[in-house]
Amino acid sequence: MRIVTARRISQVFFTVVFLWFCVVTSLGDAWWQLRGWPVNWLIELDPLVGLATLLATGSLYAGLLWGLVTVVLTVVLGRFFCGWVCPFGAMHQFLGYLGKKGKTPGERIERNRFNRWQRLKYWILIFLLAPAVADLLSFALRIPLHSPRLFWPAIGIGLAAAAALAAGKVIRRSPRWVLGLAALTAVWTAAGYLIETDRLFFASVQVGLLDPMPLVYRSVNLILMPLVDRTAIGLSVVPRLYSGSWLIAGIFFAALLLNFRQPRFYCRYICPLGALFGVLGRYSLWRIGKQETECRDCLMCDRDCEGACTPSGTIRTHECVLCMNCMSDCRHNQIGYRTVPSAAGEMDTPDITRRQLVLITLTGVAGIPALRLGGYLEGNWNPQLVRPPAALPERQFLERCIKCGQCMRICPTNVIQPAGLEAGLEGLWTPVLNFRIGTSGCQHKCIACGHVCPTAAIRPIDLQERTGQGRFASAGPLRIGTAFIDRGRCLPWAMTTPCIVCQENCPVSPKAIVTRQVFERVQVPGSLIAGTADPLRIELDQPALPAGRFGTGDFYCLIAGQNDAEARQIVGNTANEVTVQADRPWQVPPPAGSRLEILIRLQQPSVKPELCIGCGVCEHECPVRGKRAIRVTAENESRNRRHALLLKT
Amino acid sequence: MQNKGNIDHTSRRQFMVRCAKAGFSVAAAGAAGYWFFDPHPPEPDSGAGSEVMLANFSTAGVKPSMSIVYGDDRRRAVSRALEALGGIEKFIKSGDRVVLKVNAAFASPPSLCATTHPELVSEVTRLCFKAGAAKVTVTDNPINDPASCFALTGIDRAARSAGGRILLPQESYFRSYSQPGGRLIRQWPVLFEPFRDANRLIGLAPVKDHHRSGASMTMKNWYGLLGGPRNLFHQDIHNIIKELALMVTPTLVILDGIATMVSNGPTGGSLSDVKPTGTMIVSTDQVAADARGAALLGKKPHDLPHIIKAAGAGAGTADYRSLNPIEVTL
Repeated sequence: MRIVTARRISQVFFTVVFLWFCVVTSLGDAWWQLRGWPVNWLIELDPLVGLATLLATGSLYAGLLWGLVTVVLTVVLGRFFCGWVCPFGAMHQFLGYLGKKGKTPGERIERNRFNRWQRLKYWILIFLLAPAVADLLSFALRIPLHSPRLFWPAIGIGLAAAAALAAGKVIRRSPRWVLGLAALTAVWTAAGYLIETDRLFFASVQVGLLDPMPLVYRSVNLILMPLVDRTAIGLSVVPRLYSGSWLIAGIFFAALLLNFRQPRFYCRYICPLGALFGVLGRYSLWRIGKQETECRDCLMCDRDCEGACTPSGTIRTHECVLCMNCMSDCRHNQIGYRTVPSAAGEMDTPDITRRQLVLITLTGVAGIPALRLGGYLEGNWNPQLVRPPAALPERQFLERCIKCGQCMRICPTNVIQPAGLEAGLEGLWTPVLNFRIGTSGCQHKCIACGHVCPTAAIRPIDLQERTGQGRFASAGPLRIGTAFIDRGRCLPWAMTTPCIVCQENCPVSPKAIVTRQVFERVQVPGSLIAGTADPLRIELDQPALPAGRFGTGDFYCLIAGQNDAEARQIVGNTANEVTVQADRPWQVPPPAGSRLEILIRLQQPSVKPELCIGCGVCEHECPVRGKRAIRVTAENESRNRRHALLLKT
Repeated sequence: MQNKGNIDHTSRRQFMVRCAKAGFSVAAAGAAGYWFFDPHPPEPDSGAGSEVMLANFSTAGVKPSMSIVYGDDRRRAVSRALEALGGIEKFIKSGDRVVLKVNAAFASPPSLCATTHPELVSEVTRLCFKAGAAKVTVTDNPINDPASCFALTGIDRAARSAGGRILLPQESYFRSYSQPGGRLIRQWPVLFEPFRDANRLIGLAPVKDHHRSGASMTMKNWYGLLGGPRNLFHQDIHNIIKELALMVTPTLVILDGIATMVSNGPTGGSLSDVKPTGTMIVSTDQVAADARGAALLGKKPHDLPHIIKAAGAGAGTADYRSLNPIEVTL
């Protein structure tokens, strides 16, 4: 079997596995639904997810340890993941294959020429990874403050040693280097004293924006699957909607279409994961290369080169995605995957300068405090940002969420949505609840999102914790927000119309929505004057009522001037006759000529904040379909005590 | 042949070097993975941080006592009231680090009596230094902008001209505190920085009308030590004042009733809200001081549930006469 056939089989295998995981990420007990399938496996294999969350949190959560396998294999083999595993890469390669059909070998070679802008992806990697090191950096900067006994001797010894080595000409660096080190120490110390570790300067994980695994999971979960759902296949019972889908779709399809311009455009120029592999593979034991310097220079090896790494000349091993096309295209057996460097020479490090590295790192690090100056984690927090239950407190949440959209896919009700700017720019595509979308609010007895989250940004809790039972009885149920009634829009409050759909649907017991009963006068055209009457029936002196309108059971009849308690429920009416409830006949029927009033009995809802968990079922069900008359905001959410609404009593 | 042998030799050497580097990388990655691996989900951070305790600032061996001076000169009144209790030297010793907790809640001028009067601040600061205090820190966590509050109330200038130092609240100055046996003050951020090295605490409060609690005097003044979303405590105002009285055991409280804000409290805003009442109360017992101060608002201790609750909880006595207050008229 040719090596490229093996590669294709591997690519198809992993792509199918990935798509299969996307399919089974749906709730249910059928064999093809979420029943312990390791649906996060490809995310977990992605070491950039592990690295970013490790830098941000100081821990490598559960399944993310799989990333270590990829790292080890990459160190030994090179960028095998790009060419053999990555489903996004496979999609690119397939579309690139379609794109190069009909092109002459010369045109293909031209398209696969190395471009110096391929270093852009290393810049992207550094830029996206930099915000994750904020905590680490502020810790390091403050070492002179919290561990002076460790810091100063270490610096002293280091400087003395460097000076001695330089003086003794043991190292060939000039004394300027020692001066530079001294200056660095001074700046470090000064920065440590100047920088306050306040809420602005905390880690934020942003790699998920362009990291191919979260990107492809997000795009398939939120764009392709919902489109499939609307066909006859229909994986979810009710078709799904995702707000802001245009941006996710735009990036996904743009990345795919760019393959028609250049094969693997995304992999070559954008992919931060590929950049990480390029760095990790620097010492790879095996690598692609030419056997002899002299060859016929037919350039066939460049014809199908996926990584644009120039196998015909000085090969750039950090760009090589191990597609092995060069090996298979070379008619002279010149190219091999071997332990010796290419006879035509090789470059194994990306061409980014130290200056670029420092500049981009600083830009990335500075980005987060610049964004957080908006105060979104402080007083200016957005009450519309209702996170799924068991989401970590916002700062911790942003240290973990990779925007993969797994919670949005698994959510049985479709209420979890990718955030636009609700959580600020740094919270783009993180989960936020939108109660106007989906089949109901956040289901009271559901904990699916936390169990599918690959990074525990949403914790995998049990039902007892969600509902505040058993060992969580004292903590009470998890609250994600509180419902507020807009009395200007609520039918019983503002429109003298009975409703209380919200109260009926409130899933907690005792209910968090209570009602109070009021009787209000109903306006009827003209005045109602009694003609003849008996204890159960009043005939009006002239027709004045819409027939049947007041027999609903919500309307009551009263002689003007009487107390509301004297009102009789109307069981039916014609234009000129009103019939009242049989069990409360009038002792003295309304005398002829007396004026009648019609009342409506209204139940006006109110929220009991100490019972409301913010599930949003009320908001979802509210018959005021546009801007709902009862709406949930993040007030009183359990995860942030600064958002408390009530004193604990 | 010679040449080829050289290439082989070089490449073998290169390969060995690379093997070593790759091996080192793998070992480093493996070690990091092993070291940082955590199979458990994280615990949500409550944001509370580590807990602190507040010291007892009362003077050992001094019996609960109280003095009341009638007059209209704040400086003379407070100084005379302290003399009546045996002089400030009885409470402030040489080298003491004193905190003056003023009421600087609002950015309004001293004439409106919404805040501790600057004359009182400078006189007490002066007396503390006279008694040998090493340091006097004047602090509060106001409701309005802190710097504006201290500037406009005149407290900033008054304290500094007498040699005191102003400590404006900052996020990092608050630490989590739980009142032992308390129900409301649980893991709550408290302005702790001024107490870090203090051993004396004097509360300086005006007498004010307060629509929610009925009155704002020395016990209510400790509200200004709370941080976080403290206005939640308005849902249970009398019990929070009781817990504050239990949380803080001051050296002295000074209740300034030379003028009293009788209406539109606690902000006031008009001179017509202020009534001359010519009374300066100094006591070691905050409950007793407030019980006496209530009269300036035309109230009895029983009209103010927090006084009864605080007395019941053991923070002091609501029967101020039992302290045999020394009354002096200037």
